[in-house]
Parts: sequence; structure tokens; C-alpha cells
Amino acid sequence: MTGSILDTFFEECEELLEAMDAGLAAIEEGDQDPETVNAVFRAVHSIKGGAGAFGLDDLVAFAHNFETVFDDVRSNKLQLDEKLIQLLFRASDHLADLVTCARDGGEVDQAHHDVLISALGEYIDDEEEELVFEPMGVGAAFDPTPLAPLSEAKEASYDIRFHPLKEMFDTGNEPYFLFQALSDLGTLTVRLDDSELPGFDAMEDGESYLSWELTLVTSDSRSSIEAVFEFVEGLCELSISSEGEEEDDADALAALNAAFGLPPAEEESAVALPLELPVPEVADPPAVAETETETEVEAEVEVEMVPDVEPEKVTDKATGSKKDTAKSSGPKPTLRVELDRVDRLINAVGELIINHSMLAQQIANLDASDTRDVETELEGFKTLARDIQEGVMAIRAQPVKPLFQRMARIVREASAATGKTAKLVTIGETTEVDKTVIERLADPLTHILRNAVDHGIESPEARAAAGKEKGGEIRLTAAHRSGSVCIEVKDDGAGLNRKKIRQIAIDKGLIPENAELNDGEIDNLLFLPGFSTAKEISNLSGRGVGMDVVKNAVGALGGRVNISSTPGEGSVFSIILPLTLAVMDGMVVSVAGHTMVVPITAIVETMRGNDDMINNLGADGTLLSIRGSFIPICDVAGSLGLRSSSHNEPAGVYLLVETENGDRCALAVDDIHDQRQVVIKSLDGVCGNVPGVSAATILGDGKIAMILDPESIVTASSSAAVFDTDRRMNNAIAS
Amino acid sequence: MQLQAETKHTEQSEFVSFTVAGQAFCLKITQIREIRRWQPVTVLPHAPADVLGVMNLRGAVIPIYDLSARFGLEQTAASERNVVIVVSVNEKPVGLLAESVSEIISIDPEDIQETPQVDSRNTMDFIQGIISQNDEMVRIINLNAVISSPEQVVQ
Repeated sequence: MTGSILDTFFEECEELLEAMDAGLAAIEEGDQDPETVNAVFRAVHSIKGGAGAFGLDDLVAFAHNFETVFDDVRSNKLQLDEKLIQLLFRASDHLADLVTCARDGGEVDQAHHDVLISALGEYIDDEEEELVFEPMGVGAAFDPTPLAPLSEAKEASYDIRFHPLKEMFDTGNEPYFLFQALSDLGTLTVRLDDSELPGFDAMEDGESYLSWELTLVTSDSRSSIEAVFEFVEGLCELSISSEGEEEDDADALAALNAAFGLPPAEEESAVALPLELPVPEVADPPAVAETETETEVEAEVEVEMVPDVEPEKVTDKATGSKKDTAKSSGPKPTLRVELDRVDRLINAVGELIINHSMLAQQIANLDASDTRDVETELEGFKTLARDIQEGVMAIRAQPVKPLFQRMARIVREASAATGKTAKLVTIGETTEVDKTVIERLADPLTHILRNAVDHGIESPEARAAAGKEKGGEIRLTAAHRSGSVCIEVKDDGAGLNRKKIRQIAIDKGLIPENAELNDGEIDNLLFLPGFSTAKEISNLSGRGVGMDVVKNAVGALGGRVNISSTPGEGSVFSIILPLTLAVMDGMVVSVAGHTMVVPITAIVETMRGNDDMINNLGADGTLLSIRGSFIPICDVAGSLGLRSSSHNEPAGVYLLVETENGDRCALAVDDIHDQRQVVIKSLDGVCGNVPGVSAATILGDGKIAMILDPESIVTASSSAAVFDTDRRMNNAIAS
Repeated sequence: MQLQAETKHTEQSEFVSFTVAGQAFCLKITQIREIRRWQPVTVLPHAPADVLGVMNLRGAVIPIYDLSARFGLEQTAASERNVVIVVSVNEKPVGLLAESVSEIISIDPEDIQETPQVDSRNTMDFIQGIISQNDEMVRIINLNAVISSPEQVVQ
């Protein structure tokens, strides 16, 4: 139990830290709004409160110092200057570290901790009271700041006394389910009253002895509570009394009568009027039971209007409503769902889409005279399936904002470590990307940004000499671009030193000395494993693992990295990623009798070729001439080993693709059938990595088709691997 | 009498026997998930001869191996009677192509004979033991030796 509360605390901490960073960033931008300062203060304060409840003393002590400084800022005792803001940033980073340490275990850098504490201490007024912190109750811990009560959804507390009659159990009703339904309405406290329970000897089989006293804090109206008991109407003794409900007594009675269908005459005797009968009922349950039996009315309703309640309930209510207020004070209500559940849903939707195309194919094959109506309906089915799929994908999609905020910290730390001044400007923070993509982007982005500060941005002196502003600027941009996400890191540094890069690559034996490389090829040397331009190995970057890790991580997500650089003006690293990892748009083609899928994103252009367009070059090289330019042809079948290039007939259709380093290549296939959305099925764990193939998918006829990886086909074709798989292929086709 | 019969029953284990390249093989019935009729599979580029390709098993992509080629025998000729035996190796489904399924046999564990010493190392690994059934030799397949999954099939 404690574990799960603790988990909740850490989850909330994440959100609070994000809010804090966002606020600090806004303040740095010159946001003067006192509400921004307040927001940061509240975030720190809430973390402190929660940490106190769990006895995380380090965290509490630090948060307290931090908060005290901020309190002074809030009350205008302290003026926010550049120095203080930088300190606050460092403090917020450290607070995040402390939270991480508290969660995962581990040690914080004690020296750093002390430095920050004393730095913060300089700002704290001497008269400030010594740190006194009393842990609060867990329930009230997360946000002890008083918040304005919500105006629209008013919380009321209802006391419900519920005694099922024997008949209720006869009809198969179960109190548990009623309580469950009640707890859906709000916070429910259940107390069992077993005072009527006779001795064991006197107990009769099937008799109902138990009563319950329930306290429900809800913003729903009384009628919704009554609705819960609708089915056991007349089978139980029920009384609902409320506090804080401002409904007119008479209205309440009328509503109750209406709900229970009691005639007014009977009601007179059965209903104990609120003002006449205040508190005692609750305190003395057996008495109620007695009066009820005496009156011998099947369904009895008692209404109490209690203006003052016992202190215990007050706290209940207060914490309940406070929690709710805290939750609903965010911009939008959210729901935390286990990722696993969403993924199951995504898989099911994937099956649904496959199922649809199977159905469509079956109907197309059907020998029916008129399938028009069915086809119309099927079209509707398709639209719906797409809608569901988009909806499900949207659940996984998350804005890149938290990721970008983390990157701000990376840049701060990197500039502090290198003695450079660099500022991170983020654009397009609201761009939504699949959660997995965001998670797996953190490492590559960190590498790129560190490199940008370490290698990209020049020292302040060099910048001044080049006539630039002293502080460098790094722009981190996210944007959707025609079915993919583009994340760009742009620095205004010196740009890549191509001469140096080339020399290093030669020194390290990565390329031969006489290699002729164009600018793009030199830039791409950065992605080679073991390449590092840093002369000394620094803490930040320069272990020679950076850029090839970036390339692999992005490649694993189905994306690619591009570099472009202008000397003196800076470099741009762009990461282009697919929107989702589960579905993609593909072109269905046939290759040597096999159906395969080529990702649309890779295709620049498609064309039907004729003999005039094909030019031979050397013994086996062929070029396709398009509008005056010649592009090498790569025979997909040959490259996959499905057909030996010896009896290579000119294929009918060419798909023009562009590779990572900007080279173009024409993939020769036999035919294009269709363009459609396909569900990606990974081949990992099925047959491992297959050259030229990135994954598989299931087509409408239930068959599996390979999803091609144009990049690796082009690479493989240069080595022209032909395997003796022909015979087996034919076997498989024949059978 | 009845009691005796029951005890005897629990001691026996059931095997499914099938033909691969004209020879009789068998697998424990508990290792088999299902047996499907042969359908053309999707070929994996650059795959070795004993990997036929992949098949769609209710939305999952599963690899299909030709048992005969795996045992170093001739490749199984395509035929209507061919079956795919779906087994589970390390909790992953894998399909094995066999010529045909014969029958279910109950065997006393004592009747299982050790694999006699032969030259081929592979054979010794792949065959767990042999049974004599109606004067015919049935080879018990050591599944984990034949298929080690997940596997990098394309080198």
C-alpha cells in the first residue's frame, strides 16, 4: 500500500518538476506574472509536503531552502536577477536529482548539495525561522496550500444508513455492488454496524442482521445516490442525510418521495423530518431499527439535515475536496492508464485493420451479382477502423515538451562544464509523438545537444572575434512534416570543420588516405563508430560513442539523421521519424512473384520505365535517365537473392528512393498494386535481422509480406549478393 | 484391476508420430500446440535452405523450418499432405514442416531406447532417443536442440 502511494508521489513529483521547469523558463524569458512565480513556489512546496510525509529528509530540507528563497521572490523581498535565476535553475536541477535518488536509491553529490544550500542560504533572510518541518498526514500531504474551492462542482457529504432486509438477499442483491456503485460517485467510507448481531445460538439462517453506515463525499446530486439504491427499493431500510447540501428541505423530500414512489400520506408517518430529528440516529443505530420496525412501513426514508458534523467527517470532507481540487486545477483532466493496456488495444486495432482488408478481399472475390451495398458498408467499416486506430494512437502520442525541458538542463550543464554560454530555444513543444519514440529519443538528443555545445558553439572569445553575440543559441525544433516527425537541432556555432573531420577519419583508419569525399560524405563520417573529434576526452562528449549511437538509436525507431552545416554559421542535425511505430503507409509491389511493401516515406517518385530510359554502364551497371539526370538502378529481386541477375529482364516499374546521404536510386520492381496502410509486425525473435527487410506485415489475403528497407537494399546491391535461393523460391511458389 | 490400469496410464506418455523424408519421427504431445495444413509461406530473403519462410498464425508471424533439411536430408517436396506442426520453443511459436502426421502413440518411458552411437554429431544432438513401434523405428526429436529460438536465421 505504502509502495503504491509512494509511486503516486513520485509520479506527481515528475509533473511538479515539469511545472517548475516550465515556470522557471518563463521567468527567465522575462515573465513578470506573479502567478508564474506562485506556480513554481507551489510546485516546490508540494514536493516538500509529499517528501515530508514519506520522511525523505534530504529532499525536504533542500526543498525548504529553495522554497524560502522563492517565497521572498514572491513577496518581492528579493529581486530576480540573472545570477539568482541561474541559481534557481541549478537548484531545480538538483531538486530533480534528489527526487530521482529518493526513488531509485543512490547518492547525490554531497559537495554540490552543500554548495547549493549555502548559495541559497545567502539569499535567505537571517531572521527566517530555522527549518521546522512536521510531517503531515499522508492523505493531506500532496498539496497543503489552501486552494479556492471549486465553484462548479460542489462537494457534499452524505451519511447513508443502510440496512438490507431479508428479502433483499432473497432476490439476489448484494450490498457490495451497491457500495461499489456508490464509490464510483465519490469518496466512500464504509462502517459496518453489527450491533444487531445476536449470539451464535440465536442466529437464524437467512436473516439479515447487519447494517452499514456509509459516508460519501461526492459532487453528484442526491438523486444519483438514490439511483444506486433504486433496485433494492422496498427491500432495505435506507436513510440518506446530507451535510453541506443547500437544497431546500421540501425539495429534497419531494425528490425523495418521487424517487421512492411513496404516497404523501404514508410519508408523513414514515419520514422523520430533519429538524425534529437531528444527530442521534447515527449515534444510536439500534434505536432507528426499532422505530422502523414499529412503523411497519416497507420502505422507510429518513432525512436528516445536519448543519454541524463531527470533526472526523469534516477532515474527511476537507481532504476529499482538496484532493479533487488539486487534481482538477490542471489544464485538462487526465487519466493514468497502464501502457500495457493501451498496447493491447493497439494490437487489437491492428488486427481489426488486417481483418478489414481480408473481408474486402473476400467480398471482391465473391461471385455475387451485386455487392455494391456490402461495399458501401465495408467502406464505412474502414473509416471507423481508421478512426479507432487514430484515436488509439492519439492515446500514445504525447507532446515533446517534457523531453525538451530535460534538454534545457543538458544544455545548461554542458555550458557550465565547458565555460561557454549557450541558450536553448525550443520551438514546437506541443508537437505530439508516440510515447516510445519520445522515450528513446532522450539519449540521441542528449548526445546531439552536448556535441552542439561542446563542439558546435565557439568559446565566447572566438564568437566575439567572429562578430557574433557572446552567448550561443541552440534551437530545438519539433514539427510534423507530411506523415513524419522532424526534430531539428540547430546551433549558430562555427559549423563542421570538414578538413579536420576528414583528417581524423584518415588518422583513425576509417577511410583511405586518398578517398574522394564530397561535403555530405564528410559530414556523415561523424556517424562512423569510433569517430571522435575531441582532442581530449571530456566529461561531456568525445568518448567517440556519441554520433553512431545517435544514428543507431534513430535507425531503430525507423528514422534517419541528417547533418547539414555551413562554415561560420552553424550546423543542423535533423532527426526524421515515423509518426507511429505500429502502422505505416506502404506501397504494395510485386518482386519476382513475391508481394512486398515499400514504405511510402522512402519513395520520392514512381515511374513506369521503357527501354529508352535504361542506359548500360560497364558490364552490369544500369542507369535510369530521368529528366536529364542518370540514376543507378537497383534490382530489388536480385538484391534480395530472389532472382539471379543473369536472367535479369528489365523490370517494369521504378521506385525512386533517396538514401540517408542524399543519393538517389531507382528500385526496380515488377509491378505496383496498391497503396495502403499496413500494420508493422516485427521480425525480432522470429528470424532475427534480415538484410533488406525491416519488418513484415499481414496482407488482406492473410499472407505475410516483407516490408522492405530501401536503404539497406541499395547498400546491399552494391555488393550484389546473389544467393542460390531460386530453386527454393520456385518450390514455394509452386506449392 | 481398475486401479492398476490407471496407474499404468499415468506412467505412459503420449507422442505424435509423423514422417519426415520417409523416416518416422515423433514429438511429445505436450510440446505440440497445433497441427495445420500446409499453405505456401512467405519466403525470407537470404534464408538458408532449412528455413522455408514465415507464416501468419492468427496475426502472429512465425518462422517455418523444413525438418528434413534441418536433419541434413533432402528438402521436403511440396505436397497436399504436408503439414506444419506448430510447437513452442522458449515460449515462441515455431512451425515445423513434415511430410504427414501418422498417429498418436502411448509409450512407457522404459521402452525408450538411447540413441545408438553414430558418426554425425548433429544426429546425436537432434535425436533424444528411439522407440520401436510395430517393428518400425520412431525417432524422438530433441526440440530444443533442433530449434534454438529466437534465432538469427540469416547470416
